[in-house]
Amino acid sequence: MARCCDEFSRSSLLRRAVAEAGSGLPAVEPGMPIPAGTGLDRRELLLRSAGLALAVYGAGSLSLPGFEDGILEAAHAAPAQPVLVSVFLDGGVDSLSMLAPVADPDYRRLRPRLAMPDSALVFSEDARLRWHPEAAAFRTLHLEGKLTVLPTVGYTNADQSHFTSRHYWEVGATNPGLRTGWLGRYLDRAGSASNPLQGLSLDGELAPPLATRKAPVAALRGAGNYRFWSPGVWGEVEREMLKTLGPLGGAAGRRGKALASVAGIAKQAQTLRQQLAPFGGKIASPVPYPTHRSSFPQRLAGLAAMLGAGLPLRCVALRAYGMYDTHDDQAEPLAQGLKLTGESLLAFQRDLEARGLADRVLTLVWSEFGRRGQENGSRGTDHGAAGIGMVMGARARGQMIGELPPLRSALDRQGNLKATVDFRSVYSSLLEQWFDFDGAGAIPNARAFGRLQLVK
Amino acid sequence: MPQAATRVPVYRGRFGPEQAERLLWRAGFGPRGREAEALARKGLDDAVRWLTRPGRQRFRGPKPRDEKGRPLAPRDAWGHDHLWWLDRMVRGNRPLMERMTLVWHDWFATSNEGVGSQNLMIRQNALFRRYWLGSFKELTTAVTRDPAMLLWLSGTDNTKWSPNENYARELMELFTLGAGRGYTERDVREQARALTGWRNDWREGVGPTRFRFDRERHDVGTKRVFGRRGRFDWRDAVELCVRHPRHPSFFVTKLWGYFIPTAPSRGTQRALERLYVRNRYAVRPVVAAILKHPQLYNGPRMVKPPVVYTAGLLRAAREPIETESWTWLCANAGQQLFYPPNVSGWNDDRWLDTATYLARWELAGRITRSAQLDPGKVQAPFDADKLLDRALAFWGDPPLSRGTRRVLRGYTRRALATANSSWKRKSYPALIENSLRHLIAVSPDLQTS
Repeated sequence: MARCCDEFSRSSLLRRAVAEAGSGLPAVEPGMPIPAGTGLDRRELLLRSAGLALAVYGAGSLSLPGFEDGILEAAHAAPAQPVLVSVFLDGGVDSLSMLAPVADPDYRRLRPRLAMPDSALVFSEDARLRWHPEAAAFRTLHLEGKLTVLPTVGYTNADQSHFTSRHYWEVGATNPGLRTGWLGRYLDRAGSASNPLQGLSLDGELAPPLATRKAPVAALRGAGNYRFWSPGVWGEVEREMLKTLGPLGGAAGRRGKALASVAGIAKQAQTLRQQLAPFGGKIASPVPYPTHRSSFPQRLAGLAAMLGAGLPLRCVALRAYGMYDTHDDQAEPLAQGLKLTGESLLAFQRDLEARGLADRVLTLVWSEFGRRGQENGSRGTDHGAAGIGMVMGARARGQMIGELPPLRSALDRQGNLKATVDFRSVYSSLLEQWFDFDGAGAIPNARAFGRLQLVK
Repeated sequence: MPQAATRVPVYRGRFGPEQAERLLWRAGFGPRGREAEALARKGLDDAVRWLTRPGRQRFRGPKPRDEKGRPLAPRDAWGHDHLWWLDRMVRGNRPLMERMTLVWHDWFATSNEGVGSQNLMIRQNALFRRYWLGSFKELTTAVTRDPAMLLWLSGTDNTKWSPNENYARELMELFTLGAGRGYTERDVREQARALTGWRNDWREGVGPTRFRFDRERHDVGTKRVFGRRGRFDWRDAVELCVRHPRHPSFFVTKLWGYFIPTAPSRGTQRALERLYVRNRYAVRPVVAAILKHPQLYNGPRMVKPPVVYTAGLLRAAREPIETESWTWLCANAGQQLFYPPNVSGWNDDRWLDTATYLARWELAGRITRSAQLDPGKVQAPFDADKLLDRALAFWGDPPLSRGTRRVLRGYTRRALATANSSWKRKSYPALIENSLRHLIAVSPDLQTS
């Protein structure tokens, strides 16, 4: 069983609470940064033209119908704008397992029990490295020249708290007090004042990298699953029954908060049900996606469908499948996470290609940190520093950036991988090369970080 | 001050089945069979005594099972912890004890998400049940050394060499005093020092184990808390909080909110605080006084928490637990037992939104599903009033407001009117009876109490 550390559970709990709250902050531990976007004004919008139920954040001045107009306008104005997708591997992925230096003399000393067999998949750009056997989909993308690998990306003096390090990556700076995300600041400067789809979170709650100061952004809530089914009832009786939901909610009057809320919610539920009914929730994808209980593949399939339908998305964020905080018995959860995440991303890429959208979409894959070089006593690994990053897409440069030096010189004094590429270099370069936007407009002190050729 | 002003007001109106029904919902999980009528016959005083001083623990009806008919494994199998407790709520004869256990679970909200041991969570649950109406001071003292809590709020990481403020802060902010009420950041740090010393081992295959106090890890130095100095330890830390002048008001306000949705008057609030302090922080007299308060019977309704709603429907339909679905159905409705959203517990003001409303619909449908009428086999009467009566009987004849009756009857008539052929006239009444059972369960009358 993969137990995750307490700090990880607590921080993810707090984050969930923050995202759900809107009603105020839970108690955050001293020294822990407050997630970007906390406390943003949140409203529900039903985008009838596309059958999407959205939670809209920020931009308090615009009315909800105004957003619908803004989205249509944006869709007509610039149908072919570039899209950046941020995929987060939650918990700190073990980059030394994902791309392992099996030929390195120190590798087996650091990983006596977790080491991969020499027969693992060869990494074509560096003969010392092998892909994790379950990362074959990533290897396929890489061999096709559609995957840029950054084997040691991070920052100096890495913070080993999930909460803090993830926050740094989200806000694009090593600043615990920053409350806007790096993509959110880009949207504030270059985005629209009326199109919340420009920054879309696919996990149902606002993804902090997309937190803006004023531009509206949105989170998608499950649209297709809003169905009311009643056992042993069908046909005309069912139709009459479901029409009764709204009136029934208000039937006992509205005295007091409780009855008023039942009445209000029942009415909203009835309206939402009727509006979403025509969409049925089925996504027709031109390519197969992995079938799995996780919703990750379906979220990517839905994203491709939204892009195919011409919705004006620009920055999108979601969590990958898997829990990468592998302190104990990491082999199995890591293999499962990498396999489904890789196969889903490959399907997404194929989907974009089939829809003729491949040139418009770039996907950044990242994690809050890597893991300790030396495995621990429970067949797992503890928090480390630099980790692996990837950029996927038809226009990704497709070549390794940075390096994994020989292990004897790759580790810092705590035994963690040192970063050879700073994440702020990646961000600044993406903003400039993909969005044609000056990195300094969104990344503090951007001049201090070198630029990388990420887009071809 | 005149004697009368110090007393908590007592409800003196009619105590009929309707009032008894509300009491059973607020202090438990609703009536089973004719329980409301029976309770009404006792009168208010005896009804409250029956709740606060119940007889020997008994469970009625078939034991809970999983999908395959096997007994539950609440300490091991995912979701069985939820089913195990839900079953106690459904079949037990001490409703207030289970309800108070739920109150403490919310008050000292600990999530297995951070503890990672169903065994320790169930051990904590037993603690809440043991102290259900006892001394709040003893309860808080026991919680402070409870293994699940020690893991959840970093108690075993709190050592004299590196103090961890997690528990100290929540002890004051969420458990005893309230945010920013009568303590400073310095008090947090000093209380953290007082609370140092707990540790545990971790054993392969067992997980966290051997929780104990280790003198070596405890900071024996002098601390200064709330302006007082002493070589305080963990017992003192709790004692200092409970004896803090601002604790009784926090305690009464929070406890009251679990039973009555509108705030107490100042007189009631102060009388309850005095009752609490005079009884040396005993919970029983305060709860008994709240359960007899006029505002419980005359005031507005409350939305039932998802677990209360579910347990109540299962009781009313006399449905045993035979599926693991209750765990995720309740989770979708916003309340999975042993997994409160964070250390401040569930937000009682926000149970309902369009998503949780659908989840409640599915919960109700899961109960009506197993007993659904097959229109090919059962012939139900082609009569709106009779159909409604039969559907109400399925739930043990809960009282319905006039408005709800009117809407349901109107719906039944319209649905019967769609039967425009002889096969429809034969089969539709059964479909309508199925649908009425479902609609009654999601009506405002049953979603609130």
